[in-house]
Amino acid sequence: MTNKLAKAIPGDHVRISTDPSTENFWKAAKEERLTAPKCTQCGSFHLPPRPYCPECQNNKFDWPTLPGTGTVYSFAICHKSPYPDVPDFDYVPIVVDIDGAPGARLVSNLIDVDPQTVEIGMKVQVCWNDIQDGWKLPIFKLA
Amino acid sequence: MTWEHSDKTAIVGVGATDYFVRGKSWPRTIYDLAGEAILKACADAGINVKQIDGFAYYSGASAGYVDKMDTADFMEMLGIPEVTFTAALTSGGGGSAGSAGLAAAAIVSGQAKYVVTVMALQQRPDARLGTVFGQVAPDPINSFLQPSGLVGPGHLMSVLARRHMHLYGTKRDALAEIAISQRANAVNRPTAVRRTPLTKEEYFNAPMLAEPLCRLDFCLETDGAIAFITTSSERAKDLKQKPVYIHGVAHGGVRDWGRAFAWMGMPDEYFASAGNAPIAKRLWEQTGLSAKDIDVALLYDHFTPMVLMQLEEYGFCKRGEGGPFVESGAIRYGTGSIPVNTHGGQLSEAYIIGMTHVREGVEQMRGTAVNQVKDAEFALVTGGPASIPVSGLILRRA
Repeated sequence: MTNKLAKAIPGDHVRISTDPSTENFWKAAKEERLTAPKCTQCGSFHLPPRPYCPECQNNKFDWPTLPGTGTVYSFAICHKSPYPDVPDFDYVPIVVDIDGAPGARLVSNLIDVDPQTVEIGMKVQVCWNDIQDGWKLPIFKLA
Repeated sequence: MTWEHSDKTAIVGVGATDYFVRGKSWPRTIYDLAGEAILKACADAGINVKQIDGFAYYSGASAGYVDKMDTADFMEMLGIPEVTFTAALTSGGGGSAGSAGLAAAAIVSGQAKYVVTVMALQQRPDARLGTVFGQVAPDPINSFLQPSGLVGPGHLMSVLARRHMHLYGTKRDALAEIAISQRANAVNRPTAVRRTPLTKEEYFNAPMLAEPLCRLDFCLETDGAIAFITTSSERAKDLKQKPVYIHGVAHGGVRDWGRAFAWMGMPDEYFASAGNAPIAKRLWEQTGLSAKDIDVALLYDHFTPMVLMQLEEYGFCKRGEGGPFVESGAIRYGTGSIPVNTHGGQLSEAYIIGMTHVREGVEQMRGTAVNQVKDAEFALVTGGPASIPVSGLILRRA
């Protein structure tokens, strides 16, 4: 048991890459807007972004600004640093059902919470972790 | 629909290197290890390596996580004069059991006569599975996963296990029983890397790597190689060993499982699962069998909760009841209703990406296993719950 609060993964160690299918997600994130691709034809959401809608095979998407809230679908609690040059710390990877984008889930982190109190079903609110190359990563706090 | 090729092909030879703790096989190389396994499998079958004319790999013909295997290299190294079939199932360890189906497909379609399936694994410091996902360069899709700090497969699967616990009340005691029972099966095995009996106290004192999973829920990190030879049941009659029939075999999976824990988008029915339900359905349809007909279950055990969820999917117990089923002692060798991983599995014997399960299945059907299940007639062997394909294989005693 621990009373230490869960931390974000150190942003200076996190790198992402983008391609034309995913860059709208990351460009919105840079403006601290959470979005997900919404099919212009059938209106369904999916994540990660792909070139085609898995429901109707359309290849055009809107990128609506979502409320930035969600629900913890499942989670893990980790204690060992993922990086050899960073001392161990507690972190809580979460799978989040994103409000306003049914069917789309994000794999992220929950921070500023005692890990042992985290439960499936908790409401969470997006916040932003500055990562390498000027990008921002959506992570979550309790709502 | 009954499978028309049931029992038409057979595994006729198996060969393995020693198993090594992670990295300890160096300075031997991947090709050195794989070559030994292939030559031993040929010797076991009573064929000359030059008779091999087919290769049926899985895991995209990779050898572990950074190394590759290639048929032309094997031909050059082992003096195999000509191949008429060389192919691999895609993705990763999920295809281990299904690779026997690829070999069978080659044989019944007349494309090859003696097909070898081989896996070699060497986890050097730069090729260690436990942290492999944390080390790979970001790509546009894994950029939606990797930044979460879920650094390896066990971390990813802990999230699935958590959901199963949430939905069905599954307890860590059940996961402990899987680890403890498989260790008990490894104690008397010369090949096993872990041979000291495991207590419940030790289990609950083990470090938590990704709660709800502790170190003892994770499989071993080991090196080694295993190969097996498949041929027609007709040709098998003239070979050295009693054949072990490929009675049913299936690989694939549904989109709702898909990339599984690398995706995390699975609907509830599949999230807290091992993705094997469609494989189970097809195997039972192919063979007319059901879980009660299986004498020994060799279930891919990279992580304890995946053993539990496969027991549900193959119908050894109902969905959600895997916890109490396991805790009742049902999977114990000698006393349980369905002995599971009688070789100690990947948790306690060695992890060669599913191939130890095929090896044990063959030994059980020959009647030569260390922990032999008496009068065993059917063995179920499964491939790893991972990105599609997942797979399953039913072996039958001759």
